[in-house]
Amino acid sequence: MIPASFDYVRASSVDEAVEVLADAGEEAKVLSGGQSLLPLLRLRLAYPSVLVDVGRLPELRGVRDEGGHVHIGATTTHDEIIRSPVVRAGCPLVALATATVADPAVRHRGTFGGSMAHADPAGDLPAVAVALDMEFVLRSTTGERVVTATDFFTDYLETALEPGEILTAVRVPKLGEGWGYHYEKFHRTAQAWAIVGVAAAVRVTVSESGARHVAEARVGLTNMGPTPLRATAVESAAVDAELPPVPHATANGSPSTARLPSANGSGPHDTLREAASLADGDTSPTADLHATPDYRRHLARVLTHRALTHAAATV
Amino acid sequence: MTEELDAGIVARQIAESGELGEPARNRHEVGAARRRKEDARLVTGRTRWTDNIQLPGMLYVAFLRSPMAHARVTRVDASPALHRPGVVAAFTGRDLAGEQGSLPCAWPVTEDIVVPAHPPMAVDEVRYAGEAVACVVATDRYRAYDALESIEIDYEPLPAVVDMNAALEDDAPRVHEEGNRAYVWKFGTGDIDAAFRDAPVVVERTFVQQRLIPTAMEPRAVVAQTDGDSFTLHSSTQVPHILRIMLATVTGIPEHKLRVIAPDVGGGFGSKLQVTAEEVLLLLLARRLGKPVKWTESRSEGNLTVHHGRDQIQRLSLAAEADGRLRGLRVDLLADMGAYLMLITPGIPILGAFMFNGIYKMDAYDFTCTGVFTTKMPTDAYRGAGRPEATFAIERLMDELAAELGLDPIEVRRRNWITRDEFPYTTVANMTYDSGDYEAATRKALALFGYDKLRAEQSERRDRRDPVQLGIGVSTYTEMCGLAPSRVLGSLSYGAGGWEYAAVRMLPTGKVEAVTGVSPHGQGHETAWSQIVADALGVPFEDVAVVHGDTAIAHKGMDTYGSRSLAVGGVALVRACDKVREKARHVAAHMLEASAEDIEFSEGTFRVRGTEAGTTIQEIALAVFGAHDLPDGVEASLDSDATFDPDDFSFPHGTHLCAVEVDTETGATSIRSYVAVDDIGKVINPLIVEGQVHGGIAQGIAQALFEEAVYDSEGNLLTTTMADYLLPSAADLPDFVTARTETPATGNPLGVKGVGEAGTIASTPAVVNAVVDALRPYGVRDVPMPCTPERVWRAIQGGAS
Ligand SMILES: Cc1cc2nc3c(=O)[nH]c(=O)nc-3n(C[C@H](O)[C@H](O)[C@H](O)COP(=O)(O)OP(=O)(O)OC[C@H]3O[C@@H](n4cnc5c(N)ncnc54)[C@H](O)[C@@H]3O)c2cc1C
Repeated sequence: MIPASFDYVRASSVDEAVEVLADAGEEAKVLSGGQSLLPLLRLRLAYPSVLVDVGRLPELRGVRDEGGHVHIGATTTHDEIIRSPVVRAGCPLVALATATVADPAVRHRGTFGGSMAHADPAGDLPAVAVALDMEFVLRSTTGERVVTATDFFTDYLETALEPGEILTAVRVPKLGEGWGYHYEKFHRTAQAWAIVGVAAAVRVTVSESGARHVAEARVGLTNMGPTPLRATAVESAAVDAELPPVPHATANGSPSTARLPSANGSGPHDTLREAASLADGDTSPTADLHATPDYRRHLARVLTHRALTHAAATV
Repeated sequence: MTEELDAGIVARQIAESGELGEPARNRHEVGAARRRKEDARLVTGRTRWTDNIQLPGMLYVAFLRSPMAHARVTRVDASPALHRPGVVAAFTGRDLAGEQGSLPCAWPVTEDIVVPAHPPMAVDEVRYAGEAVACVVATDRYRAYDALESIEIDYEPLPAVVDMNAALEDDAPRVHEEGNRAYVWKFGTGDIDAAFRDAPVVVERTFVQQRLIPTAMEPRAVVAQTDGDSFTLHSSTQVPHILRIMLATVTGIPEHKLRVIAPDVGGGFGSKLQVTAEEVLLLLLARRLGKPVKWTESRSEGNLTVHHGRDQIQRLSLAAEADGRLRGLRVDLLADMGAYLMLITPGIPILGAFMFNGIYKMDAYDFTCTGVFTTKMPTDAYRGAGRPEATFAIERLMDELAAELGLDPIEVRRRNWITRDEFPYTTVANMTYDSGDYEAATRKALALFGYDKLRAEQSERRDRRDPVQLGIGVSTYTEMCGLAPSRVLGSLSYGAGGWEYAAVRMLPTGKVEAVTGVSPHGQGHETAWSQIVADALGVPFEDVAVVHGDTAIAHKGMDTYGSRSLAVGGVALVRACDKVREKARHVAAHMLEASAEDIEFSEGTFRVRGTEAGTTIQEIALAVFGAHDLPDGVEASLDSDATFDPDDFSFPHGTHLCAVEVDTETGATSIRSYVAVDDIGKVINPLIVEGQVHGGIAQGIAQALFEEAVYDSEGNLLTTTMADYLLPSAADLPDFVTARTETPATGNPLGVKGVGEAGTIASTPAVVNAVVDALRPYGVRDVPMPCTPERVWRAIQGGAS
């Protein structure tokens, strides 16, 4: 389709961007990689009068290790994230989930901040954000503020961003040693959005006898409600669950694209399975062309178990 | 980076790559795996797509489309749009009612068929969401779209008719005054009652062929212009010749004043075998405004308004002996026509009527098809057109019969198929299959697939209750292609013939222009036709140009669809080359001072039998051009043309085997291996065949697992974007293992059968059979298409469905 007409401003600095936004008020929209905003314009589902392009601002781009957390500039592209050694080392779950986003063309244009600001519950990164307790840095002409992931995602396609505010960066706390990660995405084609996705981080303790247990778990759910959700019931129930011995040669840290479990992927680690079966509690998945709510609930349970198992197996 | 992306460089790299133009072995071009000579310009976009055409003073058209499936248009006023920036004109259906005519249906399959008037822009009533109701013409495309918002229109909603069964109930709301039944078409042979009476086994199933949206890579686009006297229409069409005749009839522009050009066209799959509202309307707008006009659809607009494919409910019963031998087949079809009958809408299911028996012998056959009107986009040809539906039905039924009898699905087929020594064989549907070897294709496929090993793994997984189950699907298909013998088309009430035309022009420098009446839109005809001409005239492959798609230059033809181009058009080309050679032989005899009977032709040279004396076809071309010394009574031209009308269809066949893994916890399916052994007769270019098979299989898998056009109960199309209408990409498909057996067709001198639709026809049932096979231990007997993860999961939960 063809978008309605709009003005276009390419900001030369963040200060300029927020000023233009402040002047334009609610009519303005920030443009980053355009991979979500342009489709909305073309389908005439959005009619901004002015687009403020922040996509090329160097101050918003790039990844830094800041000690306790990884700093990800809002306009860092998905492709840059996947390749970033800092992300891979400091917050591998972000790289794993990002690698499942769309296709190479979209990943070269789409940005980390854009994905968060768009707040699509079917997007893969918001669930990671809540699972890892990311912090969002927001700027406007009146200054800067920081909100937590759970406060950032307020409703379907809605965030804590006020008119005139832009997201400049996201801080991803590092979890430290002993954690394993996995993002389990269920979708119909390689380029399609998640029907359900599960982001899992698991800290594993290994006893002297070699027995492996869950010490701590974090689980974020994609597309199980209007916002990304944290499956806290699963997280507490999983603690102390016994884990199977590490199967040799799993996904060796690279993102798993396998859509099917391994042939004997369902051993009798019951506590973990019981914990995973709580995954759909407190969710409110919707119906769409690809799935009914019931089916999504079922998937959330199955996929959470898989995500936890795979995550633990990488430790 | 920028260098890699430069189109010119890519084109040059392709052109210069060593693999291009694999040298023909034994000096024969036919059979060589030539890289396609048209690809460099097509894939780099350095060519003329309709949307690339820019003309001085060009105006752009946008259509206002009905947001409702069914409504009366109580008021419509386009004039407010005239005040918007850049708007030059705006019209409603009422404004053009006097001149827009009715879109044609060329295939009234029965005498009492209901063919409702089909105005290109709705006048009083809209009958599907997306139907054009008004248009704006502006100085650019954006302004045209913006101005649509100011057109004032009021609708009085009428009830949508979405479900075919409901549509046929007595008190159903009517799509057209004449009722919702477009036609009932019957066909039968043998004593069907006897076949079913006391039959030891009867398998009854209802299968639904979901509605599909043909998704050509290039969206439709139309450019119309006039010099005040005659008209030229560029369209992204696969049928420029048919279009010209039909547009002349609809618009009243005399045929000789109308030139239709299909420049390079980026795919069609049947969807561009149509006379569309937009093509008619753009001509009318060019006539009214005296300016060139252009329209290019957006993808969402296309999903709504490109004619759709499939959409049948198939009620089937198959009677068999206890040993699995078939007795008879009953087919009762409901075929969704959508809101109107377009060019060949009613005929599509009828093309399938002769294929439901597949490759099998049986005593009796009974076929009924009811065409049903609904308030949806009209359906029409889509890759395979009637034959995939029929093949799906019989191949699914054969697997069901095997399951019922506890037999291997291959064994049931073997007990029923026509054996190699029975050809030519006249089937229960009165088709005479000229040749084939089902045993050979199946043997090869089983070996490539590792059938026994996979069956062993399947039973091991079943025993182990593995959450990932394995299913094996079989499809031993045939299809009728090479559309079509004109006499058959006549007997089926089709409005035209099925012949094809070709002409060969010998240029003075010895180069050749081959004019063809078929209209390639991605298939690679320029390469294959060049190979044929190169062999027939003994000229280099590079010296042949293929000319097509312009009614002023390739003036005659029946275009491209139904796997007909080679089997019909290729043969016409061979005949035209024969005539050129014959003419040249007489000139050669004169030049060599011998009698024509003593002249032999081989690899481009005419020689006097038994001597070294000879002259090449290029030398003759120059001599004829000079015309200084031609024999008496010989005209100064080697150019020749020919028309070929096949005696019968051709019948490619093959065996496709598919292994699918099903994750029983989620319902996800994953194709583990896919083997296709096709018998398409003689092969002109194996690389092109490979491409057709790969694309065809992908499209058939897409129907089995991914694609579905979904309308809600109000008749709104929900799958208007590619996020909702899912197409698989290479990442979702396995590597295909392809091979061939070769039983030449006997009905044409090339021995070719056609390959354009084979992959699509064969693969859908192979995949669904595999999915169902995986789930038989769960009591599952069917999974509706597309077999989405949720449907598979529900089938497992629910058992037999
Ligand atoms: C074909 C396709 C498939 C896709 N598949 C997936 C998928 O599988 N998973 C997935 O997660 N995503 C998917 N996406 C979306 C992709 O990840 C986008 O990159 C992302 O949603 C938006 O990022 P962007 O930079 O393109 O943002 P834009 O489109 O530029 O902007 C999106 C929204 O965020 C706002 N915004 C952007 N940046 C800022 C900022 N710095 N401050 C404030 N507001 C801002 C914009 O105003 C707009 O409302 C897909 C996209 C496409 C086109």
